[in-house]
Amino acid sequence: MTLPAPTEPGRDALAGRASSAAPPTTDDASAASPVSAVPRRRGRAAAAARWLVGRVVGGVVVLWAVATMVFFAIRLVPGDPAEAILGGPGSQASAEALALVREQYGLDDPLLLQYLAQLGRLATGDLGTSYSLRTDVGGLLLDQLPGTIVLAACALVVAWLLALGTAWWATLGGRVAAAVSSGLEVVAAAVPHFWLGSVLVLVLSTQLGLLPPVSTGTPIGLVLPVVTLAVPVAGFLGQVTRDSLLDAASSPFALSARARGESTSGLFRRHLLRHAALPGLALSGWAFGSLLSGAVVVESVFARPGLGRTLLGAVTLRDIPLVTGVALVSALSYVVVVALGDLAERLVDPRVRAS
Amino acid sequence: MTGSRLGAARLRAPEVVAAVALGLVVVAAVAPGLLAPADPLAVAPVDAFSAPSLAHPFGTDESGRGVFTRMVHGAGASLSIGAAATLIGTGLGVLLGVAAGFGGGRLPGRAADAAVSRLLEVMFALPGLLLALVVIAFTGPGALPATVAVGLATAPGYARIVRSQVVRVRRSAMVEAAVVLGRRPGAVLWRHVLPNALAPVVVLATLGLGQAVVWASSLSYLGLGAPPPAPEWGAMLSAGRLYVTSAWWMTVFPGLAVVLTAAAATVLGRGLARRGGGAS
Repeated sequence: MTLPAPTEPGRDALAGRASSAAPPTTDDASAASPVSAVPRRRGRAAAAARWLVGRVVGGVVVLWAVATMVFFAIRLVPGDPAEAILGGPGSQASAEALALVREQYGLDDPLLLQYLAQLGRLATGDLGTSYSLRTDVGGLLLDQLPGTIVLAACALVVAWLLALGTAWWATLGGRVAAAVSSGLEVVAAAVPHFWLGSVLVLVLSTQLGLLPPVSTGTPIGLVLPVVTLAVPVAGFLGQVTRDSLLDAASSPFALSARARGESTSGLFRRHLLRHAALPGLALSGWAFGSLLSGAVVVESVFARPGLGRTLLGAVTLRDIPLVTGVALVSALSYVVVVALGDLAERLVDPRVRAS
Repeated sequence: MTGSRLGAARLRAPEVVAAVALGLVVVAAVAPGLLAPADPLAVAPVDAFSAPSLAHPFGTDESGRGVFTRMVHGAGASLSIGAAATLIGTGLGVLLGVAAGFGGGRLPGRAADAAVSRLLEVMFALPGLLLALVVIAFTGPGALPATVAVGLATAPGYARIVRSQVVRVRRSAMVEAAVVLGRRPGAVLWRHVLPNALAPVVVLATLGLGQAVVWASSLSYLGLGAPPPAPEWGAMLSAGRLYVTSAWWMTVFPGLAVVLTAAAATVLGRGLARRGGGAS
């Protein structure tokens, strides 16, 4: 018996993800019989329903866990939780403010009661009141969310274009192109957002005057933040995409396509692209997370309103209700994006779909 | 065996460059006086905001301190924050990964696996800097909280890979043989599972060091890491932020140091992965 060859760590994680994403097997008897088409379709619908229920339950568990951790974290930090909610010991909150918080949060109640009350509030969508901005956290985040979504979505598209572009160039352009693109990917993945943003502003805004240095709300003002956010992600996506692209390019089906007279770019478009996209799709949750995390920095470099900048302000002022709100919203969007990525993976890859 | 393989494999040019670059950063971290004898904290207001020159190759900052001198003296802080964060991340990752993967099919093992997997899912749902920021919201800013926060934020990635490695090794023939021979689970874990599961962690930690340095400097840049007077790369960049249009050198050079360190760590990590790929 031979040991399975250890794979590259990153790819190992991908494989784990892909196999865990495999759908539950449908009813074997109905699926195997060619006559009974209707039960088979029903079996597929049941599998889809099971998938959906699993995703929803998993998402709720994640949100509950985030809320629970934050709740107990406030009480674990040494000192008065009322003071922690009002911005930590440095805030020098007045006695009245502390009393108000104690009452609002029921801090004199038993811990379990407080916890259940907090969960109850969150379940009804009440995220509490921000202590630094004195407004309703839910409404505040709803205002901030679109800006971040536009930024992240544009950056995701740009990152994919950059990654596939370099991968395409690397597979077709020979040794030099492969070496150069590999170097570009490593540097791109290593660049901190804030530095890239600053340098782009220096060159394109200050020196050449081509683009506005701060986000103005117009499409042209979106260019620099989107590029800044996209480049590091493109570096990572490019590395993963190219590995699977090279694997696919040396596989028998690529050879037989070539033997049938497929051109190089046709081979890329019709056969290899699908394989290159797969690990990227499996990584979509990761990519989204990376964009969300990068948005904190990019939004603050370009003075752009959004979820990330709100979180940064909340963390600096230690506004716990606002931090909790952003954490819950980002966890929720992460769960949704991972589910969508899983769905897309099933659409692109018949091997995952078939049971 | 790994050592002879490392020696036998031909070195590639990018890896040599990366090793030299990282070596220089380490020298700067251990003995900054060798590369830059001047005092990184000595203020000389007359020289404030001088452009790069022979006396100050990378220019000076708002207090007339040499940017090059401060960069060299900042290597220690930046590198040790990154290394400590990576150590915390890998340590926690190994702990969680082994807890999840080693129990096997019996009930306590499955329960541990399910619990850890859920925990990892929750940590993944607050990706990267977000988790780090939430941690800092509770602890307050500073170099130590930033280190711990970055470590925590990197832990779930390590944990997932360690888990898959542990599961793979646990199912291998040699572990089966050890169990049949009557070895206790602790001995099996120590002698067989850990050494085999940890080889990829070394590679990952090298790759992750760059990411940790980038994240830690991002936190400093946002004003949540090492406090300003200290010559730390992120803190220097944060100070340079105010003068980015008038004194570009305060932003460009410390940032290059971060990029160089992270890229060098990535190249070395990938080189290790390529070599270890067939052996570990």
